[in-house]
Amino acid sequence: MSADRAPRLAVWKFASCDGCQLSLLDLEDELPALAAAVEIAEFHEATSHNVEGPYDLSLVEGSITTEHDAERIRAVRRASRALVTIGACATAGGVQALRNFADVDEFVAAVYASPQYISTLATSTPIAAHVDVDFELHGCPIDKHQLLEVISAFLAGRRPSISSTSVCSECKRRGLVCVSVAHGTPCLGPVTHAGCGALCPAYNRGCFGCYGPMETPRPDALVGLLRAQGLDGRSVERLFQTFNAAAEPFRRVVDDG
Amino acid sequence: MAERRTIRTGYLARVEGEGAFTVHVAGGRVEHAELRIFEPPRFFEALLRGRSFAEAPDITARICGICPVAYQTSSMNAMEDLCGVEVPEPIRALRRLLYCGEWIESHALHIYLLHAPDFLGYDGALELGRDAPAILERGLQIKQAGNRIMRLLGGREVHPINVRLGGFYRVPSPAELAPLTEVLERAREAAIQTVRWTAGFECPERELDAELVALSHPGEYAIERGRIRSDRGLDIAVNEYTHHFAEEHLARSTALYSRLRERGTYLCGPLARYALNHAQLSPVARELAREAGLGDSCRNPFRSIVVRSVELLYACDEALAIIAAYQPPDPPFVEVRPRQGVGHAATEAPRGMLYHRYAIDAQGAITDARIVPPRRTSW
Repeated sequence: MSADRAPRLAVWKFASCDGCQLSLLDLEDELPALAAAVEIAEFHEATSHNVEGPYDLSLVEGSITTEHDAERIRAVRRASRALVTIGACATAGGVQALRNFADVDEFVAAVYASPQYISTLATSTPIAAHVDVDFELHGCPIDKHQLLEVISAFLAGRRPSISSTSVCSECKRRGLVCVSVAHGTPCLGPVTHAGCGALCPAYNRGCFGCYGPMETPRPDALVGLLRAQGLDGRSVERLFQTFNAAAEPFRRVVDDG
Repeated sequence: MAERRTIRTGYLARVEGEGAFTVHVAGGRVEHAELRIFEPPRFFEALLRGRSFAEAPDITARICGICPVAYQTSSMNAMEDLCGVEVPEPIRALRRLLYCGEWIESHALHIYLLHAPDFLGYDGALELGRDAPAILERGLQIKQAGNRIMRLLGGREVHPINVRLGGFYRVPSPAELAPLTEVLERAREAAIQTVRWTAGFECPERELDAELVALSHPGEYAIERGRIRSDRGLDIAVNEYTHHFAEEHLARSTALYSRLRERGTYLCGPLARYALNHAQLSPVARELAREAGLGDSCRNPFRSIVVRSVELLYACDEALAIIAAYQPPDPPFVEVRPRQGVGHAATEAPRGMLYHRYAIDAQGAITDARIVPPRRTSW
């Protein structure tokens, strides 16, 4: 990026709930300083101001579910020096990727009176299935402080300091009582990507996998424990089939039965 | 001379979701206006089938990152209705507090970051903040107060994790809630200033001729329960919804269009809630509404920002009242056992009434789901 202007930040939305881009606006304490440090060149939810690329950093929320969006993400990629995907939709296809396991035409007919008006792809796919991605920030939703770290790192030209360990290790580090061992509560903490700070165990709840699979998960080993805790096969499938259902390690649990 | 022109906005900025707006003007008068929603469909009603009834709150939250509590609460209420469970009063109060947190966060976002820049000639609030940093700071301070409630009660600001059928996974101690009082009192002061600020915005004098529809409850300004009422005599229980409302699928939009059967267009959201329930606002909110010149109802959509500001103030007052009377629910949740049947619920999302209907089987698997979000009927 050139030294004589503020770096250009763009925020793009594809199929999503808006929650991850909202995380940027949820940085109430840091937002004014961030706005002063960058030029927000494209961010429909926050401003009518938009300028043509190239953009120094593009944050992409959402998954690809239409031909039009498959085209659009390629244009975004061409206009962006760095492209970072934010959230489970962009990194794994999101909850809308449950269509990947079903018949999309049946889904369309179940929701819409006139299916012929709807143009959609049979699958919901992550951004990285379409274009090169420089960094993936996981979560449903992402953690706003991790988002700030990613933006700061890219603007400073360094690698983001984002842990790739599991929720389980975050939980241990927090010194929480293990809900799985102590209470027999089904918990995806051992296979789920860190980032939330072991939020659910802190609220007496088992992890349900918002952050998707960690880098080197062993879901097969966890499935044995879940079954021993009393979950039947369908309940185990459901646990892995939520917001990151199409992420490879979680999908395998279902595919392998 | 009838000069004709067409104004097209291909991608509406500072709204939730994706839409385009086209206006045809002839001789200085609008001939036709068309809103097109092109948000790609995600098929929630289809993908919910076969899921456990207990998963509905977490899954439907993902419909909207700006109002997840509305989806969670409507789905929980519908499932509890279906299973014949009424949660104890302390749990209901805590849910209402969480919902107030969402109203405060979302209303502050809507007023300061989405709507106000249009009145003041700015592209967005961050641009406004360069000229008037204190105003941006005030908006963010209120928004943060709402998020503090969401974070403490829900675990996080977007897609809270702490709600479940029957109640909460974990409830806060009174000592954990106490620090929120000071935060909310500051937000309340800022909300009072917000009403005075938005009341001064210049806007066209226009009135909408639509039936105003909102929940209404004898005991309180309706948020998470009540009957469905209108300013033109509709007064029905939530489970009668489908007899009175119909949805249409038009070629131009992936969002359905909702209408009142044999009555036509209706409007929900702050204008409707205020028209039906303003007498139940807190005394200070009523006083500020009067000072802002709102009267008994307001049909000017440009002034919805003032009504929303009054509701913002109310939500701060209501949150403070709930915290002051707080008794931790014990246990934090009641058991909800599945039984075959159909359940309904409607709650007031920040942008208007949100209706959920589910059918489940005896094991608790969802067999049918219908969700009518406020998106297409609110201002």
